[in-house]
Amino acid sequence: METKTDLKEETKTETAKTVKGSEAVILSLLHEGVDTIFGYPGGAIMPIYDALYDYQDKIEHILVRHEQGATHMAQGYAKTSDKPGIVFATSGPGSTNLITGLSNAKIDSIPMICITGQVPSHLLGFDAFQETDVVGISMPVTKWNYQVTKAAEIPEVMAKAFYIASSGRPGPVLIDITKDAQNQFIDFTYKRVHQVSGYFPNPKTNPEKIREAANLINNAKKPLLLAGHGISIAGAEEELTAFVNKTGIPVGCTLLGLSTFPTRHPLYAGMLGMHGNYAPNIQTNEADLIIAIGMRFDDRVTGDTSRYAIKAKVIHIDIDQAEIDKNIKADVAIISDAKKALQQLIPMVKTNVHDEWLEEFKKLEAIEFEKIIQKDIHPKAGQIKMAEVIHQVSERTKGEAIVVTDVGQHQMMAARYYQFAHTKSMITSGGLGTMGFGVPAAFGAAMGQDKRPVVVFVGDGGIQMTIQELATIWQHKRPVKIVLLNNGFLGMVRQWQQLFHERRYSFTTLVNPDFQMIAKGNGIESSKINTRDELKNSIDKMFNFDGPYLLEVEVEQEDNVFPMVPSGASVSDIILEP
Amino acid sequence: MEKEFTLLVNTENNIGLLNHLSIVFTRRKLNIESLTVSESKIKGIYSFTIVIKTRRDVIDRVAKQLENIIGVIKVFVYENDEIIHQELAMYKLPISAIEKGLQIESVVRTHNARVLNIENDYILIEKTGHKADTQKLMEELKPYGILQFIRTGRVAMAKPMKDLEIHIREKNAAYEILED
Ligand SMILES: Cc1ncc(C[n+]2csc(CCOP(=O)(O)OP(=O)(O)O)c2C)c(N)n1
Repeated sequence: METKTDLKEETKTETAKTVKGSEAVILSLLHEGVDTIFGYPGGAIMPIYDALYDYQDKIEHILVRHEQGATHMAQGYAKTSDKPGIVFATSGPGSTNLITGLSNAKIDSIPMICITGQVPSHLLGFDAFQETDVVGISMPVTKWNYQVTKAAEIPEVMAKAFYIASSGRPGPVLIDITKDAQNQFIDFTYKRVHQVSGYFPNPKTNPEKIREAANLINNAKKPLLLAGHGISIAGAEEELTAFVNKTGIPVGCTLLGLSTFPTRHPLYAGMLGMHGNYAPNIQTNEADLIIAIGMRFDDRVTGDTSRYAIKAKVIHIDIDQAEIDKNIKADVAIISDAKKALQQLIPMVKTNVHDEWLEEFKKLEAIEFEKIIQKDIHPKAGQIKMAEVIHQVSERTKGEAIVVTDVGQHQMMAARYYQFAHTKSMITSGGLGTMGFGVPAAFGAAMGQDKRPVVVFVGDGGIQMTIQELATIWQHKRPVKIVLLNNGFLGMVRQWQQLFHERRYSFTTLVNPDFQMIAKGNGIESSKINTRDELKNSIDKMFNFDGPYLLEVEVEQEDNVFPMVPSGASVSDIILEP
Repeated sequence: MEKEFTLLVNTENNIGLLNHLSIVFTRRKLNIESLTVSESKIKGIYSFTIVIKTRRDVIDRVAKQLENIIGVIKVFVYENDEIIHQELAMYKLPISAIEKGLQIESVVRTHNARVLNIENDYILIEKTGHKADTQKLMEELKPYGILQFIRTGRVAMAKPMKDLEIHIREKNAAYEILED
């Protein structure tokens, strides 16, 4: 129902402008520096779209093909632009289509603001057409959510949304705005928010704890540093490198911590966890000190926690107090932003080298190289392997690309074999493992910056989950390079079936459509290869092409990702072969 | 080992907060034994008293997760010997209970209860105390035909109670405000 203006008679401040709630939403976004929105219209959000019509010169709206795609794009965008990703969706089905992306952003700490339209407030609770309690549904998967029923609330709620999404441990926020609130008039003024009662995002770094940590670090003989996503969120990559160069401590990265530390650095020990590298997993149980920064000891990293870091004292640095002692007990806990903690630690730690300790890493690396890596990236015969495709792309881009992945074997291969030379270069769905994330996130990453190439590795399963976004990519002509690693299987599940279910391939064989025709139908330049000889040239061709491109590589069907920490095993029981 | 814990959760008065709190418990399949909410001595700040049976390590993690909810200011975890706690119970009995031999005066005296109301057809008795005490009175009254029984959740205070305002000040001091 349209309400009449509820303009107050009181005198307006100079900056106040009388606008509808819908326009207030757009103005709030402009105040926060938003220039890109990923969205999809519908009945309950039509007033906001109507307001947006007049601001097309200031804001680029990307019309996605499914709202889930918008959430993944917004996350890719957030990662490369360093701004929260913005999503518009209508009520009911529009809003429920956001849930997967919200969950992903929550667990991976990505700032995103979803604005949903809602039925008029007088119909709330009446099962009106396209009414869904999206505030109720999204509560467990948002950092904050709020339903606006009065236009007057819009500026402050929007300012809070931006502050909450971006501060502390970032995360997704959902603001649900009833249609009548969108249509009411208000006097618009905007003030950015830097404080919300009952919200404590910025812990002060405790100098006492820093001293305790420095003491442990200075006395450790076998220290190992675990670098997580918190490093890149805090922008602490330089501090990390400075700390490591000074202390001589080897660094293992979590999946989301990849690219916070250069892969080719002599102190880089590799990726941690289930499909990580041999050395850092084995050495976790040899170390006498674990320094975990901006990571949460996810079960994919720790394996069996009762047999994790068995000889080590643990220093845990995290901005989120709830992560301390959640999975692994800390001997010294520093609740802090990673950058601040490292800045304070650096002057207090001694310059050091750990030659003997590093020697042990070298030996383990040599074993992994001989048993796995060499065969993965330089196979002599047989079909193309995923790993060699990643390796070649890494060489071709000199480690400078922004790498996006979907979820599965190819994701782990990309994580293992792309040699990151540049910070903030890995965009992947870590905590949730969301198939369908890759292609839209890559498009978002390309929207968020245009200086570096964006390449996405995706499986033949995952690409079909959000394949409709190829049309969005084509429409907006962003030069996303899509490398489809087609093995004809839901590969990662098939691998588990092979290893743990006696090869009973229950519904993991894919009968695929013709991806070349799909690419063509969506206006995307593409090619398909199945021999090693064609690989290098086709990768060159893809990167030389000015625009989006899909390279489909038929890869070995029953290839496996190794090493592997079998689920429930200890990290040091990592296996190199079945 | 499972134990009874009492959480005192101090919060802003935000819509949906109860829902948010309860999600933290349901995610871990923790059953809320009792829950009471009231405004604290500070206007606009509410105190939830929540009783949960679980392990110490679990409740400590839960408390931290509760503190992460926007609008939650401070969470305290207490074991039973650290608090004074009370519940209030009301019992409605038919007036015929007196004919059946209910000695109201002795009930009131021995149980520290009181009569709230006597009408033509019923008697209302009230008692505050621990759950075991109010339960005991119920057992005693049962033979007279209880028409209705109701008990509130627990309210609790920590024994050496530090001023909530000091707690809040200390919490604020551990955090800073950053203008970007
Ligand atoms: C939305 C969703 N559904 C199911 C899964 C479980 N899952 C994890 S990996 C995987 C197989 C992925 O297959 P594909 O995309 O072909 O990649 P590959 O492993 O072959 O590289 C599946 C089904 C998931 N992670 N996400």
